[in-house]
Amino acid sequence: MYKYIINRILLMIPTLLGAAVLVFFVLRLAPGDVCEMRMAGTGLFADPEAIAICQENLGLNDSKIVQFGRFIGGYFTFDLGISMWTSRPITEEIGLRFKLSMQLALMATILSIIIAIPLGTISAVKQNTWIDYVVRSFSIAGIAMPSFWLGILIILGLLIYTQAWFGTPWMPPITYVSPFEDPLGNLAQLIWPALATGYRYAAVSVRMTRSALLEVLREDYVRTARAKGLLEKVIINRHALKNALLPVVTVIGMEFAFLMGGLVVTEQVFNLNGLGKLFVEAVLNHDYNMTQQLVMLVALIFILTNFFVDLLYAWLDPRIRYA
Amino acid sequence: MKRILASMIALGAGAAIGLGAVGASAQTPKSGGILNFVVPSNPPSYDAHQETTFGVIHPLAPVYSLLIKVNPDDPQSSDFICDLCVGGVPEPTENGTVYTFKIRTGVKFHDGTPLSSADVKASWDKIIFPPAGVPSSRKAFYTMVDSIEAPDAETVIFKLKYPSPAFKPALGDPFAWIYSKKDLDEHGYGWHKANINGSGPFIFVTHEAGSSIEGKKNPNYYVEGRPYLDGYKAIIAPKMSLRLQAIRADQAAIEFRGFPPKARDDLVKALGDKITVQESNWNCGNMVVFNTKMPPFDDARVRRALTLAVDRWGGSEYLSKIAIVKTPGGVVFPGHELAATKEELESLAGFWPDIKASRAEAKRLLKEAGHENLTFDLHNRAVDQPYKIVGTWLIDQWKQIGVKVTQKAVPTAQWYDKYRKTRDYQVGLDAGCQSVVNPTVDVSKVLCGSTNNYTQCENKEVQDLYDKMNKEGDKAKVRKMMRRFEKIVMDEEAYVGPALWWYKINPHRSYVKGWKIAPSHYLNQQLDNVWLDK
Repeated sequence: MYKYIINRILLMIPTLLGAAVLVFFVLRLAPGDVCEMRMAGTGLFADPEAIAICQENLGLNDSKIVQFGRFIGGYFTFDLGISMWTSRPITEEIGLRFKLSMQLALMATILSIIIAIPLGTISAVKQNTWIDYVVRSFSIAGIAMPSFWLGILIILGLLIYTQAWFGTPWMPPITYVSPFEDPLGNLAQLIWPALATGYRYAAVSVRMTRSALLEVLREDYVRTARAKGLLEKVIINRHALKNALLPVVTVIGMEFAFLMGGLVVTEQVFNLNGLGKLFVEAVLNHDYNMTQQLVMLVALIFILTNFFVDLLYAWLDPRIRYA
Repeated sequence: MKRILASMIALGAGAAIGLGAVGASAQTPKSGGILNFVVPSNPPSYDAHQETTFGVIHPLAPVYSLLIKVNPDDPQSSDFICDLCVGGVPEPTENGTVYTFKIRTGVKFHDGTPLSSADVKASWDKIIFPPAGVPSSRKAFYTMVDSIEAPDAETVIFKLKYPSPAFKPALGDPFAWIYSKKDLDEHGYGWHKANINGSGPFIFVTHEAGSSIEGKKNPNYYVEGRPYLDGYKAIIAPKMSLRLQAIRADQAAIEFRGFPPKARDDLVKALGDKITVQESNWNCGNMVVFNTKMPPFDDARVRRALTLAVDRWGGSEYLSKIAIVKTPGGVVFPGHELAATKEELESLAGFWPDIKASRAEAKRLLKEAGHENLTFDLHNRAVDQPYKIVGTWLIDQWKQIGVKVTQKAVPTAQWYDKYRKTRDYQVGLDAGCQSVVNPTVDVSKVLCGSTNNYTQCENKEVQDLYDKMNKEGDKAKVRKMMRRFEKIVMDEEAYVGPALWWYKINPHRSYVKGWKIAPSHYLNQQLDNVWLDK
């Protein structure tokens, strides 16, 4: 087991290096640079000398190899560099957003688990009944509906109904409220985006839980358990569900990793100052340094999530042993 | 409601449309309160001398002072008033080449350092004569300046190489913040990118990157009784719909850039007299740029035909209902004394009152040039307001003379890259946006040879006229030269085809008082005269 863990950790290095090479060179294929965006992007007079100085100061005139060396070298000196747009340290910029994205991802994950596992189980157990049809419709609607669109509907709904009922329109706060300073304010801000993203996330997990459980319920050992005269509740909870959860855990893990950096539009809709919004701004501004580090961060989150999901498999299914 | 709104808009440019805010100017300002406003852009750095975005101006202009500024009580005028100087803005001496400013005494930076003429000189030296390696984005506006002197603590003298009508407006540049010489000397010219020490009406409190910037009242501000507000919070919100809803939910009282007409109508419909709308012509405009190095657009007849096909008067009526564009105009900001009158405009290609005759001439020119079945791509920016809307309208206009056009809308970086580097476009939709209305400088956007002009045109007469205008003190002569300049670039050679000037719409909570709309979203942002009627 330990050998497996060490091997997996060592395998992360070439994977991350591959991601680094890819993001570095792909980013530079796009025309334009951060100095053009900063100084000419507004439509105001753009001074070519000022743009040239900016490019020189940011090292954009250096060869690609030198720039790549600086990018990779930063990991050995624990210096991720500065944002080319704001000139602030990248660790500071990402750190600010990380806590919000992490909280939102956790809230959406918890919401989706609370919704998905019971609904998926009921749907499988009551296959082809009206309950199953309702749950399946609910989950298909969740998959079909983009979470940002649901977010827009939520905001508009809140504005319209609070104005109709209380006379004053209300919407979730648009600046970050710390959970340590104002827990209720924090909940009022994040519960809505968590619902919007959690619904889609839950919808995928409901379908996965249902199909996995249906498959398991047809296994020989379940038939044997039934033949033994065990209660259906015991069969589902003790024998079937745990085994059916393997693919569900994979989906939950992948979705969690996605939420950490992939909520690009939902964060804009709710004006959440998270990693997704930072990602969009960095790409649009051609802030190479920031985009590179964000891609690396998301890659690392995906790799680590995969790793922990694999370890979880062993706990869920004792037959799985890693050598 | 729509009819009421339409009649109000008809009041004209610069009108403050107060739904329930009548007589606001007569009210006695109240002190106190925090002004929350939304900003669509994230400030790159804090150094306005090198930045060009309103994302720096809106949240941080209240922290800094200027030497002179547009009159906050009448920002629509060409009137400048002293901010750090004393009395009125001085008239030049020595044949218009020397401007002597007396500097206020008793002014302190927020760190307690007294402000003197040395700080003003050091700041302007950084802007006009930056040391090697220090970017200054508007240095080119001050080519007429020979030297800046500070003979004593209360005097600053600007000496010009030649008299120039562009100098005084350029001095009112909203980016020309006055920094402390001590900061520049002790910390270097890069310090202001990440640090703030101003002498303005508000003191910087905090900046949560990507989220908000806060300022609090400066109790030692040099204008007695100001500012009225206890503080402000600039909330960074890139998405327009969210900024709109934030005003609706009263999480923000105002956005200083501008909304499209539909957003204004929605807010008024939802909130009635709780919303006041201010509108103005905007010192930004779209123009069609023809790549004169790319056949067949190297032929003036083709370019002229394409500009003749566009019905700007009709377009103004329709587009102003859906986009942030409205006013047909020439190279100078409409309404300015150097701008073409309606009669003068009507003599230019593309502004003829009879669109049928104009399009008939366009067809004739295309036939003569051998391009009756012309097709091309319109290089455009993938931004709805107003680029893609104006682009779609232009395509329809060109279709009227049998020209088939495909719109290629690309992200901003690619859009600029084609204009500035690869130059492999045929026809593009460009935009020019200026802060202070300063026509003899602003027209550099359509000046052959200017780095900001993407037509790649070469025309000595145009360049000579530009140089002469900038060195001519007689306004009547400047005006005459401007008409000739305009005639060449928009008609005879038709290097550019003006689309429409933008129209600024600022709906805001009616309790926001004192702020008056300017012709640019960069102007009148110190907020010292803003108060809340709550």
